[in-house]
Amino acid sequence: MSKLTLSKALNEGLRRALEADPKVMIMGEDVGKLGGVFRVTDGLQKDFGEHRVVDTPLAESGIIGTAIGLALRGYRPVCEIQFDGFVFPATDQIISQLAKMRYRSRGKISLPVVIRIPCGGGIGAVEHHSESPEAYFTHAAGLRVVACADAADAYSMIQLAIASDDPVIFFEPKRRYWDKGDVDTAAPLDSAVPLDRARVVLPGTDVTLLSYGPLVRTCVEAAMAVAPERSIEVIDLRSLSPLDMATIEESVKRTGRCVVAHEAPVYSGLGAEIAARVTEACFYHLEAPVLRVGAFATPYPPSRLEEHYLPDLDRILDGVDRAFSY
Amino acid sequence: MTETGLIQLLTPEGERVDNPAYPLDEAADIKGMYRDMVLVRRIDTEAIALQRHGELGLWASLLGQEAAQIGSGRALTPKDMAFPSYREHGVAWCRGLDPLRLLELFRGVSNGSWEPEEHKFHLYTIVIGDQTLHATGYAMGIQRDAAEDEAVIVYFGDGATSQGDVSEAFAWASVFNAPVVFFCQNNQWAISAPQDRQSRVPLFQRASGFGFPGVRVDGNDVLACHAVTQRALQAAREGQGPTLIEAYTYRMGAHTTTDDPTRYRLASDVEVWRLRDPIERVRSYLARSGQADSTFFAAIDAEANELGERIREGCRTLPDPAPLELFDHVYAGRSAILDDERERYAAYLESFEQTDTALEEARR
Ligand SMILES: Cc1ncc(C[n+]2csc(CCOP(=O)(O)OP(=O)(O)O)c2C)c(N)n1
Repeated sequence: MSKLTLSKALNEGLRRALEADPKVMIMGEDVGKLGGVFRVTDGLQKDFGEHRVVDTPLAESGIIGTAIGLALRGYRPVCEIQFDGFVFPATDQIISQLAKMRYRSRGKISLPVVIRIPCGGGIGAVEHHSESPEAYFTHAAGLRVVACADAADAYSMIQLAIASDDPVIFFEPKRRYWDKGDVDTAAPLDSAVPLDRARVVLPGTDVTLLSYGPLVRTCVEAAMAVAPERSIEVIDLRSLSPLDMATIEESVKRTGRCVVAHEAPVYSGLGAEIAARVTEACFYHLEAPVLRVGAFATPYPPSRLEEHYLPDLDRILDGVDRAFSY
Repeated sequence: MTETGLIQLLTPEGERVDNPAYPLDEAADIKGMYRDMVLVRRIDTEAIALQRHGELGLWASLLGQEAAQIGSGRALTPKDMAFPSYREHGVAWCRGLDPLRLLELFRGVSNGSWEPEEHKFHLYTIVIGDQTLHATGYAMGIQRDAAEDEAVIVYFGDGATSQGDVSEAFAWASVFNAPVVFFCQNNQWAISAPQDRQSRVPLFQRASGFGFPGVRVDGNDVLACHAVTQRALQAAREGQGPTLIEAYTYRMGAHTTTDDPTRYRLASDVEVWRLRDPIERVRSYLARSGQADSTFFAAIDAEANELGERIREGCRTLPDPAPLELFDHVYAGRSAILDDERERYAAYLESFEQTDTALEEARR
């Protein structure tokens, strides 16, 4: 067991994957010599060489398009998109090609490409560096979309994503990169929670609070702040597409209340899909409508306003309170 | 022209170079160029210091690129339109923009508060390469308006040339013969990626494949940058279509204040380029040719000090936006969804104020 930051845990996970399979490679802007702007790939080029850890030209469509070609040739590319707001030049390759290839080829072609994207706000950044674009990708069938929330999970999730034969969009909560946690780097990968499974991070009985990525920690803090008067069950969704409805339903049927929190705008966000599904599946168990806490239907604002835009502990608890006011 | 095809009118030592293609422009305001370069360098130095003191979230330094920006920026007429990326503080200066408008972006109080048409200077574009297509489209508008005294210039880096959008802009500008000048500041680095990660050929040569002229100019030579840009803009206005200018320069500082260039480049390379400083060579030239004396230089330094003070003061007192401004300017018309979100959030904020007042009263 070692104490690692989330960033270092990903680094260790990537290292293990590179060691385990010679077909695994890393590509992206500034991932080699610099080790990535968040140092997630620090030292990997030095140890695995420029053929396996590739500093690419500055072109996101190029990164994903060539990763598809490499995957067709039997490689397992792990692509880094430097910031959430810079994935959009690659969306054609991701949505029209990467997501659909298995379906188009009637299952003959697998594209085991991982796309790592630092996501979310809260770091006082300039425009295009704080976004939460997950819903664009959960809407594209064929992609697995996941988000890690802490160091231990990040370590195993990145390896599971690389081992997956489906393309995976892998969101990393950038403001949590420096959060430390205990990581068991000796544990075998098959003892990890599977990639498509949600995880109860804090058991509770009164209300189910669903979240993922950067807000998982905030949700746990919110739950601790009101315990024991109110018992909040916090679930880390981990897999945003496909959703692990079994875990969600089991919890909501027990608690009778459900709140979804994400950094992305509420409008047409992932919470909408969850609310609709939970309502349908748990209708007779619900004491209140499924409520959503998230950002407003505006672009990401200048950073001096982000504390108002991003849901924080108070806004999450406000959502929980509302769930008890019906 | 030097052996590398670089157009140069002033050597790093401050000697004039005769170039028959670009004869000395007697009207060129070299002292004005010097002043501008010194002042924008001061803006840059102050901004870096402000970032260190926590007054700015980030700053992208133009250190080393003053000549490329002031030379090209001063070649624009008031009617020409400029599309910057995010490092063109010198061009912004030439367009009459208060530096505080730029500091607002990096402080996080605004995403662009100036009026682009008033300054003929579009908002900064952070997503690499996007603005090259906007500039091309704007130039197509100029063609349709038959506005023969207008042209467009668009700024981007060596890294940006790898983006598909930039190639698309080259293609469009070429086939439509659009009056646009592509001004690539090749500062040799895209964060940690050296220029040879973007291209095997000198960047200006890209233009020939698209069917329009490309030139490489000494980007640290303000006279050359000015002359070459003026020529290209004039050609655009006269209906000769686009030109690609590669201003060969060097990024003297870090990519931005969060970057650590010691991880990927040698300090000795930076030293080589320090000897080619864009400001020093003009200073030597002005002094040696007797066009300026110590009084002139002292006056500029005093002006820079004043500017520095104004920026420091001005930055610290830039007001934070009010929370509910978050909801402004999303649409031209109304959105019932947004109105509802604004109303609810206003009530939510108010509930805290009420709690605070109640607590205060309870304490009394
Ligand atoms: C589409 C996109 N991808 C990645 C980035 C992150 N990024 C910001 S600046 C930069 C390097 C730009 O290099 P260059 O075009 O040479 O311009 P310079 O910064 O050197 O002026 C990168 C990769 C971005 N802003 N936009």
